[in-house]
Amino acid sequence: MTNTQFPEKAVPLLSWMCGIVLLTAIASVLGFLFLKGWQSFNLQLIFGTTPPLEALLFKRRVFNGLFPAMVGTFSLVCLAVCWAIPVGIAAGIYLAEYARGKTRKFLNLIFDVLAGLPSIVVGLFGFSITIFLNRYLSSQIYPCLLISSIALAFLVLPYILRTTQTALEDQPASLRMTALALGASRMQNIGRVLLPQSLPGIMSGVILATGRCAEDTAVIMLTGAVATAGIPHSLFSNYEALPFYIYYISSQYADQEELASGYGAAIILLFICLMLFSLAFFIKKRVSLSAH
Amino acid sequence: MKRATEKTIEKLFFLSAFISGLITFSIFGFLLIPGLPLFSKGRFFSILTEPWVPHFGQFGIYPMITGTLAITLLTMLFAFPLSLGCATLINLENKSWFSALLRKTVEMMTGVPTVIYGFVGIFLLVPLVRNIFNIGSGMCVLSAALMLTLLVSPTMILLFCDSFTRVPHAYGDAVLAMGGTEVQKFLYVTLPNSWPGILVGVTLAFGRALGDTLIVLMIAGNAVQVPGALFDSARTLTSHIALVFAADYNSPEFQAIFTCAIVLYLFSSALAVAVRLIHDKRRIRV
Repeated sequence: MTNTQFPEKAVPLLSWMCGIVLLTAIASVLGFLFLKGWQSFNLQLIFGTTPPLEALLFKRRVFNGLFPAMVGTFSLVCLAVCWAIPVGIAAGIYLAEYARGKTRKFLNLIFDVLAGLPSIVVGLFGFSITIFLNRYLSSQIYPCLLISSIALAFLVLPYILRTTQTALEDQPASLRMTALALGASRMQNIGRVLLPQSLPGIMSGVILATGRCAEDTAVIMLTGAVATAGIPHSLFSNYEALPFYIYYISSQYADQEELASGYGAAIILLFICLMLFSLAFFIKKRVSLSAH
Repeated sequence: MKRATEKTIEKLFFLSAFISGLITFSIFGFLLIPGLPLFSKGRFFSILTEPWVPHFGQFGIYPMITGTLAITLLTMLFAFPLSLGCATLINLENKSWFSALLRKTVEMMTGVPTVIYGFVGIFLLVPLVRNIFNIGSGMCVLSAALMLTLLVSPTMILLFCDSFTRVPHAYGDAVLAMGGTEVQKFLYVTLPNSWPGILVGVTLAFGRALGDTLIVLMIAGNAVQVPGALFDSARTLTSHIALVFAADYNSPEFQAIFTCAIVLYLFSSALAVAVRLIHDKRRIRV
């Protein structure tokens, strides 16, 4: 009797300990970041010595602020999501509504593999493509914003694809049959009934993918992000990005001022990512609430 | 006419899925081709077991493989009990404010960028490890594993919680009806019935820890050696790619990093296949 009771007594105690350890750990990580970083938080952090208005209108270059990195990250994320959304959603529709049997099983596995690839592997793939293009297409091609955004799109494609697929598959059979019973074609059923109904689910997937693009560092450090480039002028130029800047500062900072801007950049990036993730969670929660 | 457009759109759906699938294979192809010159002399396996001494023409990645395994296994050693404990707490105390806070925090943690863990690791954890244990620089296997634990735990906790709630309620109600406690219900019914979900969580977290670049690159120290102790500096496959990347791209050093990428690719694919197998097995059982 006493033997069997020991684990029953120990489990609640141990689980409380685990909970407290995890909360303490994450609180000290975020607390440390904010305590060290909040002083550096002002307009100068972003715009340096350039007047903010002129910087925002791209009239003058910002030299010692985070503005170029923020613009770089913003354009990178927009481009990557633009490439990934159409392909991801279309492939998700195919997987949920058309693929059957062996094809479906095979594709599911393939996308699991793609989703599980480490981001540095995708980054190296992006670089390998750049070498290939440089050698066989045009020697003008170097790692740049375009290549980075395409590689990032490959990285987040499985997220968008999967959320689209699950959102569609989760639609109840009654809804699936209604329009068909009224004489709608398969495509009308998808376009007018199923897709609008699963839009919130798809949206939350897209937002999660956006957050993933904004935070990823490994892909961009292999495909064109550099420490100083200014605002990217074209798709074929180098660019700065917030996560790369944070990495760069942590290893190369020259003085306390630079380090402080690193903390500032970390807080900004954290804020952007948490906003995106809570938005995605909010949408998802509302969907599951309205479903019950 | 309308039918024709519909057919075209359907073709586009298929094409998208086909292209997405093709990407997975072309990634492998684009890693294999640049790495080929190194394998052509039948040296693939010797590369996996040799040390990395570029001056003497040895480009083996054995130290990086052991470094990766050491850090990943240590991470799982910390993260698995921690995650299981947290998930248990969320399940057992499902009405208390503390477990609600814990769950919210864990959900939030999935959104924290890895580079931030690395950054805080350098300026908070590394000095802490250095001062407490007084060995080396603090950039070591232990520091990296501790930070990685924070990265992979949320994935596991949420998947564990998910698989706990998926155990049919009737099972648990039966225990309670016989006079069992909540703890007994959890220990003897919920936990044994959710092993597939737990296995999936562990596998996915393993893949996450294996594939992370920034944390290990920033705080594991990056020395090319087979780590023998917790406080040894180590280099993983991922950080090796990031570090050697700057080399001239016709050099054998550079070709060797494609071997690292291939090993990572194969490893993470194997994990993905494992997760699929567990999923399929579960579907048969239920």
